[in-house]
Amino acid sequence: MTVALVLAAVLAVAAVVAVARPFLREPSTARDRLDEPGELERRRLSLAEERDRALLALKELEFDHRTGKISDGDYRRLVGPLRRRAAEALRALEPRAQARHARVGKSG
Amino acid sequence: MAALGRAALLLSLGLVAYALVGGSLAAWKRKRRLALSAQNALIAAFGTTLVAAAVLWIALARRDLSFVYVAQHISRSLPLGYTLSAFWGGQEGSLLLWLLVLTGYSALAVWLNRRSPELVAWTVPVLGGVAVFFAFMLCFVSTPFATAPAPADGAGMDPALQNPYMLAHPPMLYLGYVGLTIPFAFAMGALLARRTDERWIVATRRWTLAAWTFLGVGQLLGAHWAYVEIGWGGYYAWDPVENAALMPWLAATAFLHSVMIQEKRGMLKVWNVVLVALAFCLSLFGTFLTRSGVINSIHSFTKSPLGGWFLGFIVVVVVFSVALIYLRLPLLRARTKLESLVSREATFLYNNLLLVALALTILWGVVYPLLTQAVNGTTRSVSKPYYDFFLHSFGLPLLLLMGIGPLVAWRRASLRALGKTFAVPAAFSVVTGVVLLALGFGSSVPGLLAYTFSAFVAASIVLEFVRGRRAAGSIFRLVGRNRRRYGGYVVHAAVVLLAIGIAGSSAYQTIREQSLKPGQSMRAAGYTLTYESLGTRQLQNAQQTSATISVTRGGSHVATLHPGKSWFPVEQSSSNDVSIYHDPRSLGDVYTIADGIARNGTLDLKVLVKPLVNLVWAAGFVFVFGALVAMWPDAVEQRRLVERYAAVPV
Repeated sequence: MTVALVLAAVLAVAAVVAVARPFLREPSTARDRLDEPGELERRRLSLAEERDRALLALKELEFDHRTGKISDGDYRRLVGPLRRRAAEALRALEPRAQARHARVGKSG
Repeated sequence: MAALGRAALLLSLGLVAYALVGGSLAAWKRKRRLALSAQNALIAAFGTTLVAAAVLWIALARRDLSFVYVAQHISRSLPLGYTLSAFWGGQEGSLLLWLLVLTGYSALAVWLNRRSPELVAWTVPVLGGVAVFFAFMLCFVSTPFATAPAPADGAGMDPALQNPYMLAHPPMLYLGYVGLTIPFAFAMGALLARRTDERWIVATRRWTLAAWTFLGVGQLLGAHWAYVEIGWGGYYAWDPVENAALMPWLAATAFLHSVMIQEKRGMLKVWNVVLVALAFCLSLFGTFLTRSGVINSIHSFTKSPLGGWFLGFIVVVVVFSVALIYLRLPLLRARTKLESLVSREATFLYNNLLLVALALTILWGVVYPLLTQAVNGTTRSVSKPYYDFFLHSFGLPLLLLMGIGPLVAWRRASLRALGKTFAVPAAFSVVTGVVLLALGFGSSVPGLLAYTFSAFVAASIVLEFVRGRRAAGSIFRLVGRNRRRYGGYVVHAAVVLLAIGIAGSSAYQTIREQSLKPGQSMRAAGYTLTYESLGTRQLQNAQQTSATISVTRGGSHVATLHPGKSWFPVEQSSSNDVSIYHDPRSLGDVYTIADGIARNGTLDLKVLVKPLVNLVWAAGFVFVFGALVAMWPDAVEQRRLVERYAAVPV
């Protein structure tokens, strides 16, 4: 019983130390803010997802065309808009476009 | 030592409660150190739960009968392997296993995302909330650490559980059930944080696949256990607890397909969070069915006080999920629409509807006895014909869709292109169907359809690999660059094997029963079985009586079988010991059951000849292989994702 209680006490102390560790390591409250994506970052992430989706769709379209699941006519009809979408997302992700969004965000 | 177990569980409860409350506060008030502290609490809870689990395992290994749980579930003569497996053989132990796996998974998920505190900020309190329920139950409602003066011997273990499959089947199912908590927590965390990007999907993709794989393997292990141990000649009886594992698996299967549409097209965001919540709620419901004893089942434990608590918790989870999804609906609207009803995404949608419809009809069959009891006061239940009807109505179209989907292009497909891709699989399946019909397989329409559709799916999978290899240059490059797609096709091949095995062993099986005296023979589907003698032998904790049966085919001896019965004196219970000949030529089994053994040596022998049944078990290996291919990390994709999330404080 005594051994069990000692072990339980050791376990409790270890648990408390683990939980308190972030406060013990950084007693100062100076950098205690949990970062959160701002509007610009959310927009950038959304564009990056859109770009990846468009590039993936292009890759799938090429593959489906090569394996005969898409006819030449369908391929020609679908590839243009997909390339445009990918290009738009890539352009919007360029640093200059990002800066423009930031300025618009601030002024707006 | 029981005091240490109790203390460790109380600590676990305190830690997960802290993760819930502290984590919520941290996410709400944006407190970084408090968020990290809540994460540490979740990781520490795994440590304390591990200590509690170790205490129970040590008590079992030492056969310490002063633990009430140990005394109720083992005997001194029980072999050590089964003694240790008693950990999950009873209600309190299996709840502890739930908490152990949950805290272990939570700790791993938090650790893997330690550089993304924002991503897990709201996930930690959700995981903590689920863990609080189980820790509370273990501390105050159903503790495995109750003690009493030790009896001379324990009550022993149900003979049906004394089977090697019981060492792996329940833990495997639990790894699956509990694993579904992780995608649920990440999805709800994303909704709480008002995030609609795909990070929760990226973070949980492998978790979902792993949980789904464990659940699938767990069910197959359970089916094989039922086949070799229960002794009725089948492997799935639509038992409520079997159904309880099938339902979340079906919901998770639907999610694994529909999430691809969100990733590729940005559609079905609402549907995906609904499926994740449904899969998790069904896994809780499965645990409720097993633990509460509300429905008679070979798996469920006796009536327990857990039912009300579990039902209450399920209601809380359902209300929380529905309310949160409803509140976030405006954020989840898709910007793109389905372009054509003949496209890959449309076939995924049809597959989703069928999978969910099948899951819900099974759910209705499971809860029907509870509802009739509540409304009329008399229990009425649905039986095999109900489930078979819906399995045929939804399962066969699903099988066919599995072959159609890969042949259809994303976005839209023209009739001309469809005709080109469908020609070979369609011709192959029609020829297969006609040949089978000519061979007499028309005796079962569902069986014939299952074989024909399986031929279609198999041909479409082979064609996909052939055309893909031609386009990519080599099979390794093809699979290496498209692991999820081709891993998925391998899983589809496993389902084809499963469908053929199930159709063969159920629709075309032969059953014969006969009373035999030593020296007499009986015939079944081309086999002759001769009863030679009867013998008894003493096992470690049972006395076994078994017959010796000589099996011949075409005049040649092929096997000697020993069906019989075992008597377990401590448990005051007997078990059927079936004996099986696996025929490598037909991939089927000759399955023998000693239904009755009279004092004068007369044997009531039941023989089932089950063609192709071994494909069901072979499907398990193919399934695991396909899942591993799909789960294997893709370096190119990893680089793309790292670049995508590089500038975002996640």
